[in-house]
Amino acid sequence: MKLRAAAAAVVLALLVGVTAMTRGSAARANDGTVRITIHYSSFDPDGLAVEPGETVRFVIVNTDPIDHEFILGDQRVQDVHEKGTEAHHAHRPGEVSVPAGETVVTTYTFPKISRSLIFGCHLPGHYAFGMHGTVTIG
Amino acid sequence: MRRLSRRLAALVMLTGIFLVGAAGSALACGGLVTPNGTVSLLKTTTLAAYHDGVEHYVTSFEFAGEGQEVGSIIPLPGVPTDVIRAGDWTLQRLILETQPQPPDVFRAAALAEDSAGGAQVILETKVDALDITVLKGGGGEVGDWAREHGYFLPPDTPEILDFYAERSPIFLAARFNLERAERQGVQTGQGTPVHIAIPTPNPWVPLRILALGRQASELVQADVYLLTDRRPDTLPQAERSRGFDPDQRGLIQEVSEPASRTLLTDLRSDRGMKWLPASGMWLTYIRVNETAANLTHDLAIDASGYGNPSPVAAGYPVADGAASWPVVWTVMAALVAVAILMAVTDPTVRRATAKVFRR
Repeated sequence: MKLRAAAAAVVLALLVGVTAMTRGSAARANDGTVRITIHYSSFDPDGLAVEPGETVRFVIVNTDPIDHEFILGDQRVQDVHEKGTEAHHAHRPGEVSVPAGETVVTTYTFPKISRSLIFGCHLPGHYAFGMHGTVTIG
Repeated sequence: MRRLSRRLAALVMLTGIFLVGAAGSALACGGLVTPNGTVSLLKTTTLAAYHDGVEHYVTSFEFAGEGQEVGSIIPLPGVPTDVIRAGDWTLQRLILETQPQPPDVFRAAALAEDSAGGAQVILETKVDALDITVLKGGGGEVGDWAREHGYFLPPDTPEILDFYAERSPIFLAARFNLERAERQGVQTGQGTPVHIAIPTPNPWVPLRILALGRQASELVQADVYLLTDRRPDTLPQAERSRGFDPDQRGLIQEVSEPASRTLLTDLRSDRGMKWLPASGMWLTYIRVNETAANLTHDLAIDASGYGNPSPVAAGYPVADGAASWPVVWTVMAALVAVAILMAVTDPTVRRATAKVFRR
């Protein structure tokens, strides 16, 4: 009986593990790197969780033949970029352009409080098309 | 005749294509994507005629005026043998029939690759002020070419280009040359009809691309005319008309009848239309009146009389199951593993199994 229970547990674990792998590009390495793939103007994964105060190195891979952006911040940051009301600024952590077919890296340190942030692309029509995701802190 | 011409000219007709914005100043009838991503809704008119194994695709590009940065990309079912200026009033004559109310130098570009590993430029030609390029390549390659040539691509472009490239990697890109347009006195809103001859055993009319760059709830409107040797079967099958009801959604078959001799005579007298038989053709008029969200397919045509339009040509998903296979495989493997474990560990099952094998 014990053998059967153990075997069933192994099968279940395998099932869960393999299924997670097939779903998988929420690839998060042990060194704090999160890989985000852009395909068909969508982020994959479009949701992730981090610890308060954690520093994450985002590797953003654009597989599309069109340019995109990765803008990480709260709703105010998203609004500013969507409406284009912010003056042009130098590189900021968590705010990068991702040219067609290229991979870019940006490192971002999250605040030490529990909340949610958004990442999105604000090239014309992209955000409305659904090109955004959520980061849950804590 | 002059009166007729004036009446025809008064009909503002644009044609059917799809567009992707471009840095130039062309508007492809059917939709207009501007640099800020907004779309002007325009009605599209297209003739897809099929005779002797050649699809004759006639559509019109409208000049959007200087400063407009838009262009068009049309997926094609095969490599065209001719891209020429179409007659001035073929589309208008079809409209009159069914609704109440010189080519420039043609140059084959010797299949030269546009760039290493990129889209191949198969043909380049000029039709009046239009610069036309026929490309061969995957969705990504054609997208790269368009971007590198200044086309503005809406966010749904990558998926839609792949949708077409998986079935036919041939695309036609068109945009107006501002200098020639000015020299030729092309006015804003003026259409340039283009006739594309495509040998293919499997004619279809691209419809999904009409939704490019549009919000899901936006209405896509187009007039599609078919002229075929026999009464065609289409996929999806068009709905029966409720009499030009503007609220009727979907693909609506407004006309399906033998083409009249007067219509065929008139069409044959237009430029480049001598290939059209003088009799024995079937005229179908399908009105597209559907939201962008629901326009996820094309129009497959079987003009052979066998009544078997291709689901692939219609753009319906092919059941290869590749994407879902890993999960299916995992579940099946787990079930088999559980069954084996039960057989091995459960005394009742073990005894029953042993009994079966003893026999």
